[in-house]
Amino acid sequence: MPDAAVVRAASLVLAHTPGLARHGSKPMRTLPADAELTSKFLSGLRSFDDAVSYPPHQAFLGACHPRELPARPWVGTSWAGAQRFAPFGELMPEEEFLGLMAAVDEFDLLVLTADVAERAAKRLASHPLSAYLDLGRISAATGDVTAALASGALPVHLAPDTVAGALRPAHAEDESLTAHVLLENLACKATGALALLHLLHDHGLDPAGIGYTISCSEEAVGDRYQRGGGNMGKTIASVAGLTESSGADVKNFCAAPLPAVVIAASLVVAGVFEQVVVVAGGSQPKLGMKFEGHLRHGLPVLEDVLGGVALLITADDGISPRIRLDAVGSHRVSSGGAGAQIIHDLAVRPLEAIGARLLDIDDYATELHNPEITEPQGSGDVAARNYRTIAALAARRKDIGREGIDAFVAERGMPGYAPTQGHLASAICYLPHALTRLTAGDAERVLLLAKGSLFLGRMSQRSDGMSVLLERNGG
Amino acid sequence: MDLSTQETIKRLADEHGADSLIVLLGAPDAESAGIAAETVVLGDPSWAGPLAGVQLGLPVYHILEDEARAAVPSEVWEDQVGLMADVLEVDAIAEAVREFREQLPQ
Repeated sequence: MPDAAVVRAASLVLAHTPGLARHGSKPMRTLPADAELTSKFLSGLRSFDDAVSYPPHQAFLGACHPRELPARPWVGTSWAGAQRFAPFGELMPEEEFLGLMAAVDEFDLLVLTADVAERAAKRLASHPLSAYLDLGRISAATGDVTAALASGALPVHLAPDTVAGALRPAHAEDESLTAHVLLENLACKATGALALLHLLHDHGLDPAGIGYTISCSEEAVGDRYQRGGGNMGKTIASVAGLTESSGADVKNFCAAPLPAVVIAASLVVAGVFEQVVVVAGGSQPKLGMKFEGHLRHGLPVLEDVLGGVALLITADDGISPRIRLDAVGSHRVSSGGAGAQIIHDLAVRPLEAIGARLLDIDDYATELHNPEITEPQGSGDVAARNYRTIAALAARRKDIGREGIDAFVAERGMPGYAPTQGHLASAICYLPHALTRLTAGDAERVLLLAKGSLFLGRMSQRSDGMSVLLERNGG
Repeated sequence: MDLSTQETIKRLADEHGADSLIVLLGAPDAESAGIAAETVVLGDPSWAGPLAGVQLGLPVYHILEDEARAAVPSEVWEDQVGLMADVLEVDAIAEAVREFREQLPQ
């Protein structure tokens, strides 16, 4: 059995979906009763070019390190030389994304107008990943959208307000199979598949070599007898052509990706599977979540992208960054919910376990929500608050002086740059950057920390969290 | 302040009377602390929630304010929130909450 597991490759994608933003949970509840607000919402949607050149998106996709971002504000500025395709993946335009959803739709849920289907199929035919896609499904999705809408389907738009298709409910009475739920799940499947296909293609990986696929997406796939039955992991593995893979889902609110990484690494080190993929698609309900704050502050609707991530964990190859399974931080039940205790469990304890200090970490990746998105709705700068908490803990432990807090944050932290797709913003979005820093760069150790708000589900008052230490491979 | 929290506070005020309640905030910045304080003293400033137009006039403090700190055993305060006093802008938060507390009906 291998001594250690490594992260061999990772990819990140965004899909620009301003037309789907109206079906985000908040807009869906707010807009129908308010025509004036709807008008402002639609005129506040961004163009594709604006989304591509938005500096945080370019940092997300690897065009620059987050610490290289210019000072805010970022809205109204452009990242020089911004491209749709970037080192970690791409930002896909919405019409192609509708085509991608049709290409991965195995149950004829999505109906597209003829012109949208034709254009989307044509564009995807020249996409670098076209060979992996079932493009025939896109033309087969052409249908009578008007009739579908009349029979209860959900309208699907291209921004700002053009009906491009319809999403059919799968059952007349099952609340787990309504059109809204299926839209969430199909969008999640499509973004997860896009990330996984980039992982395979961009890194020249053999799909048949992968034995297991763990999804850490936020959506719940199921029916009325098992609302969260799953299995998005196998679903995405199947559509991406991982013929030898089984799969399962790991759920833990926003924190899910890090337990998924730890489980995947454990399976590899235990010799159960040689190669394990961790994948997540995007969260459609979170589109437009804080749009009222954005409009109030004269900003565009900034939550107009879905995200996706995929990474490959294998046995130690002597090159790729190692996952230190002897230094996994976990937020214990006995630790309670106070911020200091959580950070102690996630940052101090795992480092103490291997005789390391907080100063031995070059980069901390925590909840990296873009503050330009969170502040206008009163959520503050989440990343900055987390970094100051870690730095304050370092000061209390006498690792640094109190005057060193700002420098600690500047050197080992970074501005939040991720869209508020919670699970992706929670550290995992930094993983491709971490791989670069721990191989071509000068970092020796990166600590990823994630927290999840279990109390939102009204079954536990608790939160949870996990941390993972990645280390340069000494060969 | 989110709508379900407003609903809960309104219900507690109805059940127990405003004279029996104190609101203790844990908001991480001055802006959100100020909005929460305004909501439970003067009513929901966004006019979106159950406390829109409802002046409960509840005494409100932030856990990092001196008054709240003095009411908690020092070792408990230090263990649970002491670190956050090094992280958050305590003076600005206290000022934002005090502004509305001082508007309580006498």
